[in-house]
Amino acid sequence: MTVFDKGVSRRSLMKGGVALTAGLAAPHFFTKSAYAYLNEPTGGTVTLGFNVPQTGAYADEGADELRAYQLAVKHINGEGDGGMLNTFSSKALKGNGILGKKVEYVTGDTQTKSDAARASAKRMIEKDGVVMVTGGSSSGVAIAVQSLCQEAGIIFMAGLTHSNDTTGKDRRANGFRHFFNAYQSGAALAPVLEANYGKDRKAYHLTADYTWGWTQEESIADATEALGWQTVEKVRTPLGAGDFSQYITPVLNSGADVLILNHYGKDMVNSLTQAVQFGLRDKQVNGKDFAIVVPLYSRLMAQGAGENVKGIFGSTNWHWSLSDAGSQAFVKSFGAEYGFPPSQAAHTCYVQALLYADAAERAGTFAPCELGKALEGFEFDGMGNGPTLYRAEDHQCFKKVLVVKGKDNPSSQFDLLEVVQEVPREQVTYDANIPQFAGSLGSCNNGA
Amino acid sequence: MAAAPTSAFGTSRRSDLIFLVLFAAAVLTAPLWASLIGAGYPDLLQKWAIYGLFAIGFNILFGLTGYLSFGHAAFLGVGSYTAVWSFKLLGMNVLPAVFFAMITAAVFALAIGYISLRRSGIYFSILTLAFAQMSYNLAYSVLTPITNGETGLTVLPSDPRILEQLAGVRDTVSTPTTSLFGLEMTGYPGFYFCAVVLIIGFFVAMKIARSPFGTMLKAIKSNQTRMNYTGFNTRPYTLAAFIISGMYAGLAGALLASTDPLAGAERMQWTASGEVVLMTILGGAGTLLGPVLGAAVIKYFENIFSAFNDQVLMEMFNWLPETLQEAAVAVAGLFVGEGWHLTLGVVFMLIVIFLPGGIMEGIRRVQKLFRRSDGASRTDTASESA
Repeated sequence: MTVFDKGVSRRSLMKGGVALTAGLAAPHFFTKSAYAYLNEPTGGTVTLGFNVPQTGAYADEGADELRAYQLAVKHINGEGDGGMLNTFSSKALKGNGILGKKVEYVTGDTQTKSDAARASAKRMIEKDGVVMVTGGSSSGVAIAVQSLCQEAGIIFMAGLTHSNDTTGKDRRANGFRHFFNAYQSGAALAPVLEANYGKDRKAYHLTADYTWGWTQEESIADATEALGWQTVEKVRTPLGAGDFSQYITPVLNSGADVLILNHYGKDMVNSLTQAVQFGLRDKQVNGKDFAIVVPLYSRLMAQGAGENVKGIFGSTNWHWSLSDAGSQAFVKSFGAEYGFPPSQAAHTCYVQALLYADAAERAGTFAPCELGKALEGFEFDGMGNGPTLYRAEDHQCFKKVLVVKGKDNPSSQFDLLEVVQEVPREQVTYDANIPQFAGSLGSCNNGA
Repeated sequence: MAAAPTSAFGTSRRSDLIFLVLFAAAVLTAPLWASLIGAGYPDLLQKWAIYGLFAIGFNILFGLTGYLSFGHAAFLGVGSYTAVWSFKLLGMNVLPAVFFAMITAAVFALAIGYISLRRSGIYFSILTLAFAQMSYNLAYSVLTPITNGETGLTVLPSDPRILEQLAGVRDTVSTPTTSLFGLEMTGYPGFYFCAVVLIIGFFVAMKIARSPFGTMLKAIKSNQTRMNYTGFNTRPYTLAAFIISGMYAGLAGALLASTDPLAGAERMQWTASGEVVLMTILGGAGTLLGPVLGAAVIKYFENIFSAFNDQVLMEMFNWLPETLQEAAVAVAGLFVGEGWHLTLGVVFMLIVIFLPGGIMEGIRRVQKLFRRSDGASRTDTASESA
């Protein structure tokens, strides 16, 4: 069959030819002259990309992260009261932007989906010319964006991501994480759980079905089994399920006396609320009071779950009630700006932005490889978690971890958690290549 | 018909050719004109081409036969997973990935279509929706070893990549990137690859619409009962249309994986299926160009409008006095950033109410307006009902 049997005139052929030539010539308009590294800022400004979930199960955390980033930009540019810059042990930042360039930012919605997050990060890199992408409130997203940044050749400063894999098997040379991880949660929580619930317990896990849930389930199960606890059952639930009743009903008949909720954000609010409504906490199993543990806690979630968090143990990276100078300075300037205390998500994102700016200032460049070297092995203080080390082997921060408990008599809607213990850094430090974490950074990538 | 090469719907082959050439030119020059509206960067251009292709394929089913499938994202997902597995097992060349993705999608479409097409109307839609949700849940949890669940399937340096192993070029250190015989499929080369596939896909869709087979499909849309009474067995035709459109979706999925080697279950979610329906209706169901335009509009909103924040708005309104500026930002802020869905909803509503034929109807009305003022009566209707 002939495709076009008639009517290809010379004129239309020529028209088409001209158009095609123009099309094929198009790429040449975009051939960039060779820069030292990708998106090297040439004007008086430098652009950072804040990629946070604005919709979906982690939207609350995302909104708070964005507030923190905006505050950090203010402080780096020398506006406002300076926040943690006053308490930060490194004094490289002078309040005139980074390396004399005023900081600007672009934002994007990750939708808590890897696809959308990568599309958003790509837009930032390709269109807006950012030198760094930061944010994320889901480890699946963080890992996806981290590997994108590695391939593209810019720095990724992870936001709230708690999976072991982010700095474990999926670690990347261009990616850095300040937040703590599931393994550290387990190491910090285990002694407290032992002191409160004893050595003979049967645990039932409900786990968000993705990388973070899997590694947290593994880490917590390892830590509690080391105490002598038994793991009765591990059940995976889809992210953003909304209704957990079908998963909670079987817990009652399983013979377990502890329910461990490896959930976060709205999922945790829903599953915990439903577990309490189903009367789990009023039950006596095996002659013991039934207990619920939420390994990764946050104030935003406590606010969502309200009354139900009372007396429930968990761990967090940071809490606004801490009394050190860094935390106080941050809470003060965040409160003055927005009228309420920051969450741990806000804290880690704020700190990551400052750490990036500081590293660029010390390295004297935004080039990912040089900047990365300035972060590797960097020891600092005054950022709310005591002395902290950015370990060179896996780009994970090592610092104190907080074990917290839902307060019995909260004095305000923000005062919901009490700090039970500040677990020292040594107790949560591990070797970079233990089996749960074995991975390879690869070599750093400057892009271009 | 030899003397006057016009098809049954009055479009000449010559105007088809001009239309195709213009379309190709517009697609290939996209990096130039798209930068005028802030869309001139590779990732969005790739998405335009890929989702345009997806919508063209969907339109072959929905626009021609009138069967509304609410589960087309399943084929998109299947295509992506197949492509990534092809990268992992065979090698990083995109051609085998595209080939196998289309084959697998066709097999899935055959199975799902064979069952779903026993019903029509709303029952067909619900059946396809159910199958897509099943695929999504399978990919999300049951088939985790194949799909890696919510985390998504990615390529690793340690993957076997047999073809590269045989050629002795397998690099087990750095993360592999997709390529077309050495040409990396990221950035603009990736876009041009997708663009060429889009143009081919557009051409094939055009030929289908103009063929006797296409006429048969349109007849099914206008009155299937009458077709049956006259002795036609319509099912093979609808099934063929379903498979073809499934293959288009699989191809789009493979291209998604080619430009970014990652496949996640969310690609199969019902929202993704709904999105292609929106694209087609927004652009104009049943037209050739409409679905591509609809896809471009939706992806533009998703990527550009969602990125506006208060800082950007403040700059946009800085010509207003300060109090008015803040009020304007507060109001506009509802419709951009995380509120981009709202804007899209409003646009969709306006189009469905005032232009039931989608953007293409708008274009036709404008054309008519010009023609009336010219007093001319040309019959260049290549862009009309395909």
